[in-house]
Amino acid sequence: MSTKLKVTGIDVFSAGDFNGDEGSDALTFHDAGRGVYKKLVVRDDRIRGAVLCGDTIDGPWYFQLMRDGTNIADIRDQLLFGPAHIGDSGTAGADAVTALPDHAEICGCNGITKGRIVAAITEKKLFTLDEVRAHTKASSSCGSCTGLVEQLLANTLGGDYSESPSVKPMCPCTVHTHDEVRKAIREYALKSIPDVMRFLEWKTEDGCHKCRPALNFYLLCAWPGEYRDDKQSRFINERAHGNIQRDGTYSVVPRIWGGVTTPKELRAIADVAEKYRVPTVKITGGQRIDLLGVKKEDLPRIWRDLAAAGFVSGHAYGKALRTVKTCVGKEWCRFGTQDSTGLGIRLERMAWGSWHPHKVKLAVSGCPRNCAEATIKDFGVVCVESGYEIHVGGNGGMKVRATDFLCKVPTADEVLEYCGAFLQLYREEARYLERTAPWIERVGLTYVKQRIVDDDAGRRALYARFLESQRHAQIDPWAERAAGKDADEFEPLDATLLRDGEPA
Amino acid sequence: MTFVDAGPFDAIPRRGARVLRARGRTIALFRTTDDRVYALEDRCPHKGGPLSQGIVHGHCVTCPLHEWVIDLESGEATGPDEGATARFAVHIEDGRILVAVEPVSAAEDAAPEDAKQPVASGIAASADAPPTRITRA
Repeated sequence: MSTKLKVTGIDVFSAGDFNGDEGSDALTFHDAGRGVYKKLVVRDDRIRGAVLCGDTIDGPWYFQLMRDGTNIADIRDQLLFGPAHIGDSGTAGADAVTALPDHAEICGCNGITKGRIVAAITEKKLFTLDEVRAHTKASSSCGSCTGLVEQLLANTLGGDYSESPSVKPMCPCTVHTHDEVRKAIREYALKSIPDVMRFLEWKTEDGCHKCRPALNFYLLCAWPGEYRDDKQSRFINERAHGNIQRDGTYSVVPRIWGGVTTPKELRAIADVAEKYRVPTVKITGGQRIDLLGVKKEDLPRIWRDLAAAGFVSGHAYGKALRTVKTCVGKEWCRFGTQDSTGLGIRLERMAWGSWHPHKVKLAVSGCPRNCAEATIKDFGVVCVESGYEIHVGGNGGMKVRATDFLCKVPTADEVLEYCGAFLQLYREEARYLERTAPWIERVGLTYVKQRIVDDDAGRRALYARFLESQRHAQIDPWAERAAGKDADEFEPLDATLLRDGEPA
Repeated sequence: MTFVDAGPFDAIPRRGARVLRARGRTIALFRTTDDRVYALEDRCPHKGGPLSQGIVHGHCVTCPLHEWVIDLESGEATGPDEGATARFAVHIEDGRILVAVEPVSAAEDAAPEDAKQPVASGIAASADAPPTRITRA
């Protein structure tokens, strides 16, 4: 519960346990001249309560951190100064929304203004985030405006706003959270989606589009080599092994290891593009080539031609290892300190084919100039003369987040070990559709360091589990389908006219 | 009413869909967990997304483009979303899928329940031939 008051013209915000006790610390800020006082009660690296007087703009942010139980150890030194001093990451965008005019666009994905959201809340009597999402579409696509929408709800409804609980069930089909479901899968050795649904008493017969893909991933991750993938529980991109486009066509991105290619490979891609009349050929942000506008029926044939030229799937469509971006490194660049291209290729050879809670991107830069933009990747390597700096938890997505520095290692072999261990920890512990950035902010960098850097045996065990999982995962899905697997996914049915003389 | 034979019932995977092209339309045929078959035009009422590519759950399909959930029985969007996609009559006869090439019209929709019976979509496969006994020809 949080409260925003105006006491004799002074803004006051309070939330949670703002008195504290013996086991808690109080962080305070007092500027008598400006009439500003802030107090945060912190226990076990989590915010337990907050009082703000005079300047309450960061109230919703503290409240969000408190409600989510976010580990604040890594941002404690700046916490009192608010999200503006911590960068974009971790802010739920929840400030200054009151000051916005009605025509201000809140949800950029769906073009929904503040006025429309407020009108929907009042006219349709909406009380929860999910209701606003359903009725207006705001916050229902990328989710980056969720904080703003929650703030609008709170402001519009005042005391009637029912906070979504901090720990939410996976979806309306179950009362269980992602973490509870994963724990049950491991502890009770549940080996199939129907097993999980029966054991955890799912409320629907066969789940929904939200829980089924999550369960499929959790089972795949828990039982590598044993679990049989359920393709009907995968989003279409992962079922058709291409990215569905707005017109129902697909895109094809062949894997180009580390972004290094040859005239022969380029010729093969050009031949395919011409043969299948591919309307658009584009270089992607991850240094690969995208063939856009491919008809679904043509996919297996295109893949067969690409496989003949030595290509495998680039997994540009999956919650999977996407690309390893590299710079040219020591081989060519006068500033390069290590073979960044070679290391990128080794990383991509090790990690391709792996499924994850969300997409995963890697990069290797040959020097601190960082031309491969390794510090906005899920796992980035910046080479220096004395070795390799490892950075984790970055992304250039809807909320840009620079990586956190994990550690420095002296050899390329160690980079591979740390990378495999980090990816496996993410696979085993992040929630489905949670990228590494919000995952790290939730569990704390300190925790990731403990598991990957401090615990040598634990790291090696994670790495071993990753490699074991890869033994089963590194089967090229394109080659399989070019050879006939899942043919019914790609071919339309043949219709034979039945009753009258008209042609069908 | 003109029907086409769209092939054997088990050509449609359970909790999956196949498409059929007829008279310039793409018809999506869905098979649910309980082995019912439904036929809808393969166009989401929202932005024309191919419903056949969505995840089938219960008696619904989720459009792959923007996650509208369409009721397979009525062709209508569920929840607060509004809109409907055309439905086609479909029967299973001797293990074959028979699909009407013209959609169920508004007039037929308005007809009383008993008159609607022959064209209602979602005929249970088991009514004509238990799917478990059907094998691919």
